[in-house]
Amino acid sequence: MSALRQIAFYGKGGIGKSTTSQNTLAALVEMGQKILIVGCDPKADSTRLILNSKAQDTVLHLAAEMGSVEDLELEDVLKVGYKDIKCVESGGPEPGVGCAGRGVITSINFLEENGAYDDVDYVSYDVLGDVVCGGFAMPIRENKAQEIYIVMSGEMMALYAANNIAKGILKYANSGGVRLGGLICNERQTDKELELAEAMAAKLGSKLIHFVPRDNIVQHAELRRQTVLQYAPDSKQADEYRQLAQKIHANSGKGVIPTPVTMDELEEMLMEFGIMQSEDERLAAIAASEAQAG
Amino acid sequence: MAKDHAGGPEDYEAMIEEVLEAYPVKARKKRAKHLSVSGATEEAPDATTGIASKCDTTKSNIKSIPGVMTIRGCAYAGSKGVVWGPVKDMVHISHGPVGCGQYSWSQRRNYYIGKTGVDSFVTMQFTTDFQEKDIVFGGDKKLAKTIDEINELFPLSNGVTIQSECPIGLIGDDIEAVAREKKKETGKTMVPVRCEGFRGVSQSLGHHIANDAVRDWVFEQPESEAVKAYEPGPYDVNVIGDYNIGGDAWASRILLEEMGLNVVGNWSGDATLAEIERAPKAKLNLIHCYRSMNYICRYMEEKYGIGWMEYNFFGPTQIAASLRAIAKNFDETIQENAEKVIAKYQPLVDEVIAKFRPRLEGKSVMLYVGGLRPRHVVTAYDDLGMVIAGTGYEFGHADDYKRTGHYVKEGTLIYDDVTSYELEKFIEKMRPDLVGSGIKEKYPVQKMGIPFRQMHSWDYSGPYHGYDGFAIFARDMDLAINNPVWGLYGAPWEKPAIAAE
Repeated sequence: MSALRQIAFYGKGGIGKSTTSQNTLAALVEMGQKILIVGCDPKADSTRLILNSKAQDTVLHLAAEMGSVEDLELEDVLKVGYKDIKCVESGGPEPGVGCAGRGVITSINFLEENGAYDDVDYVSYDVLGDVVCGGFAMPIRENKAQEIYIVMSGEMMALYAANNIAKGILKYANSGGVRLGGLICNERQTDKELELAEAMAAKLGSKLIHFVPRDNIVQHAELRRQTVLQYAPDSKQADEYRQLAQKIHANSGKGVIPTPVTMDELEEMLMEFGIMQSEDERLAAIAASEAQAG
Repeated sequence: MAKDHAGGPEDYEAMIEEVLEAYPVKARKKRAKHLSVSGATEEAPDATTGIASKCDTTKSNIKSIPGVMTIRGCAYAGSKGVVWGPVKDMVHISHGPVGCGQYSWSQRRNYYIGKTGVDSFVTMQFTTDFQEKDIVFGGDKKLAKTIDEINELFPLSNGVTIQSECPIGLIGDDIEAVAREKKKETGKTMVPVRCEGFRGVSQSLGHHIANDAVRDWVFEQPESEAVKAYEPGPYDVNVIGDYNIGGDAWASRILLEEMGLNVVGNWSGDATLAEIERAPKAKLNLIHCYRSMNYICRYMEEKYGIGWMEYNFFGPTQIAASLRAIAKNFDETIQENAEKVIAKYQPLVDEVIAKFRPRLEGKSVMLYVGGLRPRHVVTAYDDLGMVIAGTGYEFGHADDYKRTGHYVKEGTLIYDDVTSYELEKFIEKMRPDLVGSGIKEKYPVQKMGIPFRQMHSWDYSGPYHGYDGFAIFARDMDLAINNPVWGLYGAPWEKPAIAAE
């Protein structure tokens, strides 16, 4: 068995992280890899396509029910899904209460101490949205994930988030050895999306690992709580995920220390691509609309 | 070995320079602003002490420098430990993990009358004892359950205060919602206090937050039946900022009562919730610890038109001046009574001074304490013929230092938020005859061969307030300074390097 490889998917909320990661991992398992998924999102939706079920019981909910995390057994929380992929959801509080970040830390420590990482080739973390607090940086720091893959699109907020995540990686890159594996662009069909994604990757000193085209088959599979690989293994989209899985597999040790940019630089780039208006253009547009209204 | 205090400010300034040498440049520059020697002022001398000096050049109430050992506390300490903790018929929950409540348990010696565990709860420790899951999922449910249990186990408790520890602010628990819900359910007063330890630079902000909680969760609530039924009298006063440490408030109260005043509330030593509730009906607020409770007095002045004045019940000079100043707010009968009270205790005062002054005359003292004592006790030492060589506040503000000028003479060393290192060096170099500070300072100082008294807790003695307290104060200082143990400090086979005179 080769050394354990730990990767993590980060990205803006709603960008398709969980869908992309589960499809990619379903493709990776075809390559004979033994995989553990650790969902780090209180919504607990990082494993449903693999388990073909609704959200599984989470570490934190079971721990709360039983009293404390010390009362838990690994078997209580570890479920096995599509092609023997092992699945765990960290879980967390309902929105607006408590500290989900602390929950992530608690869960990951529990999993490590109880041998969840034994006998697997890959551990993949699927992490909520932006790096909002220290808890969600857990997979980044302390030598957890070696490479971070940022799922993004050509939308402005997704690019902001990608840049912020890169800042989080940079912060721990020297102490913990974490690297940016690359960007995964989940197509939203915005203007010049591929070029923009490549430009963003270049700005961060990284590369665009794969451009995943938009295809409704993903939604069809998702409605059936399946990955595309399971629902339509012969489809073109399934091949896209296979390519992505191969690229990630081949990317071992090739991550970089990212070079996040300032807000000014980022906005400049967006203006170049015509996504964002310059201040002059914005004022001109307002003047024009007012003239029209008058 | 008494240090001659006539050394003069030049010496002290050079000493400050020397002590600061040990710091890196940046820290030295910052700390220099907290250390000074009281200087000359053009202000008129204080009517009671005859003293005027300028102590207010010192910087204060800003954050301590990382890496030094500060002697300060936190906002939780200010609220739970100082302001709310002594209110005896309420249960004060240390809300969060167990440590904050455990290690601050019963530390201030706030005496009270009552049946502990039945109708009084000051020396008991209540905590929600947060576990990991309470952090992750929020602790509001646990808090609600704790309040339910308290009501069931202690039906005579008249209310609950929720003293927030750090995690409460971090995880964003809605303790106000829990308080409102429980108040509705039980009809009892519920006071959520946002005194998370990380707020502010010292315990001082905790006092302010606790004062604000009195305003919002007691005063601004519908009046209770007891308050409505209370008929105010012409001589009603509140004593504010006396925490009854070692019985201080009792020794103070008798003097006020003997002169015909009616103490309707004592905040918060030996206090009941009712005393807090009906405070707005009094004629005058008498503040002892200005630092910790001036906020609510200013509010009562603004909202209810109640005047307030500071007074000082340490030592006969200040007590007499305070009794007269208090009496001035009332009619001639009270003023005559004040004179009678002063005359009544004069023999006691004379006796105490006759006995102890000869034993203490000329001895020098360094103080480092909290809210009011760095200045309030100065005249009491003066009454015994002792001299203050240095004083400072843990968490004082500019107005405290300004007031200090009425108590200490020119040429007194002033240190704000002093670090353990600085204080130790100052003591080492000045070698006073007595140091008055806290438990952390006690043993290092005694190991230096210098007598010490804890001036937060009265070193398990007290009271020190009032005439009765002065007798105990004088005896305790004598016990510390003239203890024969100091003559045995040097090893018998060595020529004693440091010995008591």
